[in-house]
Amino acid sequence: MDKREIEVDIKVPNQTRYLSLIGRIGEDIAKELDKYSGDRETLAYHINLVLTEAMVNAIKHANAGDPDKTVHIFINITDNELFIRVYDNGQGFDINAIPPPDFTQLEDRGRGIFLIRSLMDFVSYRKVCDGNVLEMRKRLH
Amino acid sequence: MNLKIEKKNEIVIIYVKEERLDAHNSGDLKTEMQRLFEEGSKNILVDLHDVRFIDSSGLGALVSGFKNAISHHGNLKLSTLQTQVKSMFELTRLHRVFEIYTSTSEALDNF
Repeated sequence: MDKREIEVDIKVPNQTRYLSLIGRIGEDIAKELDKYSGDRETLAYHINLVLTEAMVNAIKHANAGDPDKTVHIFINITDNELFIRVYDNGQGFDINAIPPPDFTQLEDRGRGIFLIRSLMDFVSYRKVCDGNVLEMRKRLH
Repeated sequence: MNLKIEKKNEIVIIYVKEERLDAHNSGDLKTEMQRLFEEGSKNILVDLHDVRFIDSSGLGALVSGFKNAISHHGNLKLSTLQTQVKSMFELTRLHRVFEIYTSTSEALDNF
């Protein structure tokens, strides 16, 4: 591991009460990025948000709300890139089948993946051996 | 969820006394707004002064309240959004839907 690299690997129960814990960890990591030239408060918020959205996605859609399952989050951050992986062990879904929100319609739902796609440079969701992983990358320069 | 509710001149003010409005607690706000409209309230102001973080579920709860207001021939407006919270409304174009005021008193003057 590079000297300037930070890695966080955490597993939490499949419950929304842990959203604030994960979001807070994401914000604290953003504040450690000494070399980041942009607005660190905004970056902190964005990391908090994508982690929250990805975790909710895993809890509600992928793991179907089963509180006995776990969500596994892996964050890797260097001077150049933020890389987040959120693993679930549920049925999964087709991320490409999720349409962008229709701004002319006022829907209660359907903005989570849109927010992730808006704030990150690369997003994918694919099957792995015992579940699925949502991968998100953001360039920091 | 911690909500403080006040009534001023036929306007119900819901102060959201939480740092986060997210998938964990936004259902409570949605239910409370629904209850108020069903019990006959016509005008609701949601004050987000204390909310530092909102996610898509929080936005969705407010959209639900807004639609409830329309179906009950009422109004739902917002006040005192923090900068990052406001930027989420802009990103999702919801700033074009909601009337958003910089202070509680300004919002109350505009019902």
